[in-house]
Amino acid sequence: MKFNLKTITAASLLALSSQLWAAENYVIDTKGMHAFVEFKIQHLGYSWLKGRFNDFSGTFSYDDKNPEKSNVKVTIKTASVDSNHGERDKHLRSDDFLDVSKYPEAKFVSTKVVSTGKGTAKIHGNLTLHGVTKEVVIDAVEVGAGKDPWGGYRRGFTGTTKFAMADFGITKNLGPASTHVEMILNIEGIRQ
Amino acid sequence: MSETVNNPEPPIERYSVVAKVFHWVSALTIFGLFGLGLWMRELDYYDPWYQPAPDLHKSIGMLLVVWILARILWRWKQSTPTPLAHHKPWEVKLAHAVHWLLYLGLFLIFISGYLIATSEGRGVYIFDLFEFPALIPPFDQQEDIAGFIHEWGAYALMAAAALHIAGALKHHFVDKDATLKRML
Repeated sequence: MKFNLKTITAASLLALSSQLWAAENYVIDTKGMHAFVEFKIQHLGYSWLKGRFNDFSGTFSYDDKNPEKSNVKVTIKTASVDSNHGERDKHLRSDDFLDVSKYPEAKFVSTKVVSTGKGTAKIHGNLTLHGVTKEVVIDAVEVGAGKDPWGGYRRGFTGTTKFAMADFGITKNLGPASTHVEMILNIEGIRQ
Repeated sequence: MSETVNNPEPPIERYSVVAKVFHWVSALTIFGLFGLGLWMRELDYYDPWYQPAPDLHKSIGMLLVVWILARILWRWKQSTPTPLAHHKPWEVKLAHAVHWLLYLGLFLIFISGYLIATSEGRGVYIFDLFEFPALIPPFDQQEDIAGFIHEWGAYALMAAAALHIAGALKHHFVDKDATLKRML
């Protein structure tokens, strides 16, 4: 069987357009690092301790016409935890908390996106952390989207979620005010 | 050997008071820091010692560095007592090797401990009185690498110290010689 150039071009254009109509695919800009995976937890009930994960990657697809068809996947290297205090970070990496030698990765994979208004959604998904997979819901807000000055197209969201560390088998006692941790994801995707 | 022939001075029999003070203060401090280090890691977050214990460990550790450096400088300027005449060559060699291991272990622990404490580029406080600065620019995984060396260096030092003590006890109880007594 022989293909001529025309059929190949037509076929690939068709494939491309159908993909474009279905959803836009984005890769989270970790190369230019316009994305941040942060967490916060109460310290003794008197203040907030903040930290972040420096090494992660992810993709999302976004369907303008049909936001519920969107999905997101983020993978985090747990050893990259950084709370601006070396001894604490070492402790966070130990088996008291993240146990990074045993569980080097944490990930979130969305299962369902429920639109809650213009530019807001609840993203249901499975969070795998410390070897335990549990459903969490991320409250997501679209920050903005549009062309960038360098020929690309970008879209950004803020997402927050909160969970009990004990639900993921992290049972180190930090006191009654510090049982839950809040995750804050600020991600900017570059359209592919 | 030419050394013994040409050396007109009589052999030194006992350790001086300064040597004894250096030795026993070092020994007590090293065991104390080892115990403190083990204990402080197991403390509950709400334990009153959770913060003071590591501060104390770092402060005493930094002072021990100064103490050991002074000890080495002092030792360098002195002649150390000669091994007892009846000590076998292998005993003398082994004793010296263990002494070197003790110093090597100490310096591994000193450097790695300092690197853990300064892994974020901030200095170490000595009893809240004085901050010793972070002299080495932080590198990747500093606290993890230094932490590994510090922990295993401490176990290795304890093993070397056990050999050192076993040697002393063997001379005292088995050989019934003055090796241990001249350090007391």
